[in-house]
Amino acid sequence: MLGRFKELGLLVSIIDYGVGNVLSIARAVSAAGGRAVLIKTAQEISGADRLLLPGVGAFGHCANNLRRHGLEQAIKDFAHSGRPFLGICVGMQLMLDESAEFGRHPGLGLIPGRVERIPNLGADGLIHKVPYVGWNQLLRPKSRHSWQGTVLEKLREGDWAYFTHSYAAMPIDESHILSESDYFGFRRTTAISRDNLYGCQFHPEKSGSVGLEIISRFLTM
Amino acid sequence: MRTTRLIARLDIKGASLIKGINLEGVRKIGDPQEYARAYYGDHIDEIIYMDIVASLYDRSMITDIVSHTADNVFVPITVGGGIRSVDDVSAMLRAGADKLAINSAAIARPELIRDVATQFGSQCMVVSIEAKSMGAGKWQAYTDCGREPTGRDVVEWARQAVDLGAGEILLTSIDQEGTRRGFDLALISAVSSAVTIPVIASGGMGATADLVKAVGAGADAIAMADILHYKRVSLAEIRAGAISAGIRVREV
Repeated sequence: MLGRFKELGLLVSIIDYGVGNVLSIARAVSAAGGRAVLIKTAQEISGADRLLLPGVGAFGHCANNLRRHGLEQAIKDFAHSGRPFLGICVGMQLMLDESAEFGRHPGLGLIPGRVERIPNLGADGLIHKVPYVGWNQLLRPKSRHSWQGTVLEKLREGDWAYFTHSYAAMPIDESHILSESDYFGFRRTTAISRDNLYGCQFHPEKSGSVGLEIISRFLTM
Repeated sequence: MRTTRLIARLDIKGASLIKGINLEGVRKIGDPQEYARAYYGDHIDEIIYMDIVASLYDRSMITDIVSHTADNVFVPITVGGGIRSVDDVSAMLRAGADKLAINSAAIARPELIRDVATQFGSQCMVVSIEAKSMGAGKWQAYTDCGREPTGRDVVEWARQAVDLGAGEILLTSIDQEGTRRGFDLALISAVSSAVTIPVIASGGMGATADLVKAVGAGADAIAMADILHYKRVSLAEIRAGAISAGIRVREV
């Protein structure tokens, strides 16, 4: 059975390293027409067709869990192999070099840049609530002519996704910015990409049909 | 501009969706999963399941309801009622909940908020506060569907919950709940201005105008129950009404 799905290219290996609600993602993968397997070892990572790295809570906690399970090198090797990779929420933040959440914590360094706290001061001069919990619109950055060929291919500019976060990615190279969203009058990066690597700050598994479209596109990468 | 979330709140008793007045006098409405799925189809932003008799019975029923809902509802699902420990949280997350709303157990043992936030992240730790007016801008926190006074001041308790790592506050006005007379705006304003985390206003929505006032008072999200359950106003009409009042909501 697994062999058949492998041939169809619909298998997603979700790294289950003790953070994040992996079952919610697995359910969404099923709804998008794929098949999810939860994996825990470096060996399983190297054998995966396409890899999904979830993550919720504090960056340092997630990063430490990855290292404690001895998965860091296997993920880096996978990322360099050219096979499709998707990071979600803190899983996306881990793709960058480091985060400033509760001290300085190194990430996986797959995409140059840092993760910084979202300033609560808006363009209107008012103080806004951070964490940002709720829906926001995905906007195409000026540096991109289209989302063709990416996980956002099936979306329209301005489609809504569900977020819950206090920190945001700041890639150094603007060509790695896949989508931006407006936070109190300032545009911040909400999805990143580099070759075979994709990361979304929002939760596609909780973003209704828009999120399922993203997962469905990832399935055919 | 911030985006206001529109949330369907489904109070559950056993296997049934119910609705009460002032959190009492419950009446059966139907199958909660059918309602949750219909709201998802109408593009609700989130679902809250509140097991109102969880402290009296076992929770296998609500666990089943959550698990089946999560199979085809892909927006955040919050579950409240009878969650007492980190193990209860873990079990409910496995069943498909994204966030847990905790009241009684957090009142009895505030460290539970920190334990849950540390282990699973603040994003899933919703502190549920049942507030009853004591007059003169004071509210007392209650438990057990507004039956048990705790002696705690609502605003103080909300501040403490934030310090312990709560990610959101579900603020239910016992006085307004089920009355359709509008939200307790002074309560929303007092709590929202005291904390840095989102406040979900619950209890009293009779018309879209009530939502507009609650957002004006500082609510970040609006929980709606019988206005939706009895189809008095459709979600599309509520969304359109909010937009025409200048409130940013998810558009579909």
